[in-house]
Amino acid sequence: MKNKLLTIFFGLLTVSVPLFAHHGAAAYDTSKKITVKATVTEWVWSNPHCFLKFDAKDEKGNVVHWATETSNPSDMVNLGWSNQSFKPGDEVTVTFTPVKNNVPVGRIDQVVLANGQIFKARVVFKSADSTP
Amino acid sequence: MLKFLLAWTIALVPPMMLTSARAQTAPRQQAGAGENQKPAPAPRHDISGIWDPGNEGIQPLGPRAMPEDGKPEHQVPYTPLGLETLNSHKPSNGIRSVLPADTNDPVVLCDPQGIPREDLYELRTTQILQTPLSVYVLYEFDRIWRVIWTDGRDLPKDPEPRWFGYSVGKWEDDYTFVVQTSGTDDRTWVDRAGRPHSGDLRVEEKFHRVDHDTLELTVTINDPKMYTKPWVALDKLHFTLKPPNFDVREMMCSPSEFAEYNKIIGKPASGQGPQ
Repeated sequence: MKNKLLTIFFGLLTVSVPLFAHHGAAAYDTSKKITVKATVTEWVWSNPHCFLKFDAKDEKGNVVHWATETSNPSDMVNLGWSNQSFKPGDEVTVTFTPVKNNVPVGRIDQVVLANGQIFKARVVFKSADSTP
Repeated sequence: MLKFLLAWTIALVPPMMLTSARAQTAPRQQAGAGENQKPAPAPRHDISGIWDPGNEGIQPLGPRAMPEDGKPEHQVPYTPLGLETLNSHKPSNGIRSVLPADTNDPVVLCDPQGIPREDLYELRTTQILQTPLSVYVLYEFDRIWRVIWTDGRDLPKDPEPRWFGYSVGKWEDDYTFVVQTSGTDDRTWVDRAGRPHSGDLRVEEKFHRVDHDTLELTVTINDPKMYTKPWVALDKLHFTLKPPNFDVREMMCSPSEFAEYNKIIGKPASGQGPQ
């Protein structure tokens, strides 16, 4: 019982947050989340952030060319991502936070491949003290 | 003569080539130890090895013990000059964060972080090598290394500024290695939040080896021009020893990659250009 309580306690201290250590969150509208079915056009594996470019239709059926970022390769490797995770033409479902100024730029929460594999983009901290 | 030759040999060997036998120590447990057994005791006068601070070393809001989050207990004791200099720094994280294209954080230009910021931002897997005259620290971020002299020399009295300053270290006891650094170029920031420092900055780093597999780092900032009293930026940040064959990842600040990022993400997100 004591161990179970300790597990719950430390579980509460663990926080999972999107981490964009070089550029922060000031540009993003964190009150919004968008999920779209999309076709990957480019997956760029680089510092300070990786980014996924994809095409997705808006509500009027027009194709929008999105550019969305993740954290850096070191963090993404720890989360199970790699430079091989996506290739042009992949059909994916992307959930992301858009920027405030309505250009097609966002930061990724997760990407789901057509086979159901999920890539989550949130870095886990032990303590809320580090929450950006 | 032998000492002279030894000193030159060590000074001329690139630190990346050093293969300190101590640095090859693997995580060890006491004989017969199972999963729940305690690690072996710390070796004497030895902090060598490959050390992992986990995600707690990233510190995007500023140092773990003093993040810039607006809480009263995390207000550092600025002098008027310190506050004025802070306000000229535009960080891209924390409560004073600006849009990606508006920051003047020197790291965004791929400038070296210097000391203490190398401890206080993007501190990743860190390799420590020891020689008879010095300790080398090899950082994952930017693959930067620095030397801490342990040959008894003093810090220079009027140092020419360097990005990483000048460092000397002494063993405070069998398991605690204390490093003093001065002469850090004042173009560097103390941390990600943009805390400033002057050329009078003194940094103390205290590396305490708790047991064979655990190292703790405490960092204290002392700069009378910018702060009315010393303040603790890191308080026993915990590192875990990695196996000696652990391949440390590359994490580089590349100006061309940064330019591409800003073109595709940073500037459009800041309203400063088409995607």
